[in-house]
Amino acid sequence: MPSKRRALQEINAGSMADIAFLLLVFFLVTTTMDSDWGLARRLPPPLDINQPEPPPIKDRNVFVVLANANDQLLDEGEILEIGQLREKAKEFIANPNDLPDLPEKKPTKVKFFGDYPVSKQVISLQNDNGTSYDLYIQVQNELAAAYSELRNSLATEKFGVTYDYLVEVNDKPKISAIRDIYPQRISEAEPKNVGGQ
Amino acid sequence: MSKFNKGKKKDSPGISTASLPDIVFMLLFFFMVTTVMREVDLKVKLETPEATEIEKIENKSLVSYIYIGEPYDTKKFGTSSRIQLNDQFAKVQDVGPYVEQKRSEVDEVLIPKLITSMKVDEETKMGIVTDVKQELRKVQALKINYATRERLKSE
Repeated sequence: MPSKRRALQEINAGSMADIAFLLLVFFLVTTTMDSDWGLARRLPPPLDINQPEPPPIKDRNVFVVLANANDQLLDEGEILEIGQLREKAKEFIANPNDLPDLPEKKPTKVKFFGDYPVSKQVISLQNDNGTSYDLYIQVQNELAAAYSELRNSLATEKFGVTYDYLVEVNDKPKISAIRDIYPQRISEAEPKNVGGQ
Repeated sequence: MSKFNKGKKKDSPGISTASLPDIVFMLLFFFMVTTVMREVDLKVKLETPEATEIEKIENKSLVSYIYIGEPYDTKKFGTSSRIQLNDQFAKVQDVGPYVEQKRSEVDEVLIPKLITSMKVDEETKMGIVTDVKQELRKVQALKINYATRERLKSE
């Protein structure tokens, strides 16, 4: 029945979709989805001239990574590929076999762990003015990965969950215990220009 | 003919498009909320390196950005890496005042939370990056973040 049909007629909203589409396309085009991701680092405070020289660190406790202007890595006197760095660093940090040329350990009281031999490791990163930023980031990334893998395996061993998970649920006491055992000590040498530009 | 098709003839009702605007508006609002207008015009090429061990910067309003890379307009500015702060090229000495200006803009309690994000092209040499880092140390802007792209873990 035609009379009934006419009563149902509404305002024509067909063009509303067009308008909304127009706006949608505008926002689609202008939007940048780049959220800021990156490697977080803390710079050392500026050098104080009056400050006394820090006590020297024993040779065995330092892991020296050199990156030269030709983007080659040198670790403790031998040329290294970037892919090997992580394993090397892990071995150095943990020193699982208590080797005499790897860092010494000092029993320290750590919550949850009791007396735990914490290694006195320091990783020293030196780069040249001509080193590419890409290599620098790769080295930083590999070292950070070495630490996080060690932390993860320790946390899995002790708490049954990974360190990443602890961070996710923000379990502060456990996180700080793990951090006490594997503190991230990456020191960057004061800049010097060796290889030239 | 069939017994199911007897009776009055139905004309096909057509698909109702009444909900189309609703769907589109939903999408529209999503993009309106998530969109961030580009804060600066990049004058340098920026291809950040890839990394796996990355963290997200939570509060964008507390971040000052430093861009370093080769200028787009190489005829005018040459090919050596340049620093860009806000919308213009800057010298290394300008980094300190730039960070301090950002500091003066935010609330005092938030100052320790300020982060300097270094967005550096992967082909840049470390020399200029080190200079900028030294400058940041001088003004006590110690929390930094090297902007990187995410690389999928190969495991």
